[in-house]
Amino acid sequence: MLESDAGNSPGASPAASAGGPLPSPARRSFLGVLLAAGTASVGALLSVPLFRFVLHPLFRITTPPSWSEVGPVAEFSSAVPPVKKLITVEQRDGWRKIVSEKAVYVIKQPDGQFAVLSSICPHLGCSVAWRAENNEFLCPCHGGRFAADGKLLGGPPPRGLDRLESRVEEGTLKVHYQYFRQLVPDKEVIA
Amino acid sequence: MEERQSKSRKEQNITVESRGTFFRWLDRRTGVDSLLRSALDEPIAGGASLAYVFGSGLLFLFLSQVITGVFLALYYVPSADHAHTTIAYITKEVTAGSFIRSIHAYGSSAIVIVLLLHITQTFLYGSYKGKRELLWLAGCVLFALMLGMSFTGYLLPWDQKAFFATTVGTNILSEIPLVGNALKSLLRGGTEMGTLTLSRFFVLHVFMIPAFIFAGVAVHVYLFRQAGAAGPIQGDAATLKQTTEPFYPRQVLFDIVFALLIICGLGLLAHLAPIELGPKANPADTQYVPRPEWYYIPVFQWLKYWEGALAIAGILVIPGFVALLFVALPFLDRRPERRPWKRPVAVTIYAVIFIGLGVLGGLSRRNDLRDPAVASQLAKQHEDVESFMKTPFEPELSGSSLAAANVALADPLAAKGKDIFEQQACNACHGDGGVGTAAAPKLIGVGAKFDSEKLTGLLKQPTTKMTAGGMPATNLKDEDMKALVAYVRSLK
Repeated sequence: MLESDAGNSPGASPAASAGGPLPSPARRSFLGVLLAAGTASVGALLSVPLFRFVLHPLFRITTPPSWSEVGPVAEFSSAVPPVKKLITVEQRDGWRKIVSEKAVYVIKQPDGQFAVLSSICPHLGCSVAWRAENNEFLCPCHGGRFAADGKLLGGPPPRGLDRLESRVEEGTLKVHYQYFRQLVPDKEVIA
Repeated sequence: MEERQSKSRKEQNITVESRGTFFRWLDRRTGVDSLLRSALDEPIAGGASLAYVFGSGLLFLFLSQVITGVFLALYYVPSADHAHTTIAYITKEVTAGSFIRSIHAYGSSAIVIVLLLHITQTFLYGSYKGKRELLWLAGCVLFALMLGMSFTGYLLPWDQKAFFATTVGTNILSEIPLVGNALKSLLRGGTEMGTLTLSRFFVLHVFMIPAFIFAGVAVHVYLFRQAGAAGPIQGDAATLKQTTEPFYPRQVLFDIVFALLIICGLGLLAHLAPIELGPKANPADTQYVPRPEWYYIPVFQWLKYWEGALAIAGILVIPGFVALLFVALPFLDRRPERRPWKRPVAVTIYAVIFIGLGVLGGLSRRNDLRDPAVASQLAKQHEDVESFMKTPFEPELSGSSLAAANVALADPLAAKGKDIFEQQACNACHGDGGVGTAAAPKLIGVGAKFDSEKLTGLLKQPTTKMTAGGMPATNLKDEDMKALVAYVRSLK
């Protein structure tokens, strides 16, 4: 490389390698270190926004758990037997919004408080249906049975129906919809 | 010659030996020492100068565009449906997104400016002379590629400005006789602007043109090293030889300082005046007054003066002639004279073209301000952009979302069927809106496969294959069954 270069521009190369007005090799390499360090630190500074850009999805303060409206409390004044409601759940996926409908059951507990049950069977994820004639929930897939308050009565499911976090706000029942891991004895949030 | 070669090799060995063990190890395997030396010891006749920083400045800007471009692609989707949403997401939500996009967008303008400086310096110094025809040609190719980059990149945000400016830009092609319309359709991926146009521009902008630019830069730099730096415009050979110094360290220092100035300027601009995004392209808008990026404004104004039969002259013949003159410059101007004041004809032509472009730009601006209709429309467009920028980012409703599917559910029978679908827990296995799950196939599109009667039969009496998969027989009143079938067949 160097040889061919010297051959191409013979007038100039000797001056370059013979020293001449050049700084001494020691000074040149000191300058080199200085330049390299300076360039590297500026480069590091410039890469800060790039890192923040890439890491955005990981460090974005996730929107507070989205609460879905179930309906006005008056509608559930006598939630015996359980009342099935379809709620709209909104999820953010980057720049997308995914809206889906989920079925939940509203029950009234003995103390008068409302509870909201997920309709997803903790066995293999089928939707359970309320059978008024037997006063129980029945999973159409493998025959899991649950009491009106969601307790497991029988069949293959490892636990009772999952309770969702709920609250009453200005006369409206709201629920925080979540998914739970199937086939495990304890309720475990997955999304 | 022999002597000099052995001398330089000896010197090289001394330097290598004086470095650390790792450097020696690396050098024996890669030859990095001689590579570095040939890069850094490039002789510059007459010494380092601030006038020579533009070429490396362009390389620096190109790399900056590559880096910011690659990062922008992390969030960008090249489709007419999502391009605008994803750019809005980058601009309004993603951390440092607006900054990086602004560096990229301002970077394209910076490239145009530095490129013009580079060309002007080369022209005034007569650096294209003396066996540098191919070097000049490679530069011309890079110039054209760069214009292609800015033209294709402009469309990608898919806002009103991008859409209409590109509509006009591609329409110009159809003025070319015989092949014009075919060319336009080829570039657009159809006769009209659409999502295929965006895909084509994206591929050109991100894959094809950059690949050619990388190759072009390699050729340009190689030819430059072959020819050697041209050096100052005057001075006798002896003085030049005495003042010759290598590229490193002073010229490297100048180049780095220039690169720092560029990036600081871009960073400040991006921070203080971030690039905006207008409302999403609306092809039905008939009011929109498109204006291209500032560096295309003179050409845009130029085209206004050529109508009817003369259009070919204005669009093709005259610009083609000027471009040819430009490309052929080192072949036409063969005198060794480099001092600009001794080259009045060449310098005058160059100045006239540049001043002419400036005047055209000024005229365009004046016309826009003087025409009240255009001025008010441009002001309105500016307001639209401002108000769009003020609204918070609105995520795009996914096409497979249930809410989107519900809109299509105008048929009351199908709407009733949807309730039954959920009551019967069909969605437990077939998914909301019949999108399908791991447990059961999707139902979208079954309407095309089975008529209502056949579907009713299957629901009442599933095939053995269906039963084996876990599908139970459906027992419903006739009218409910009718509604369910109507719903399932409506799933698209």
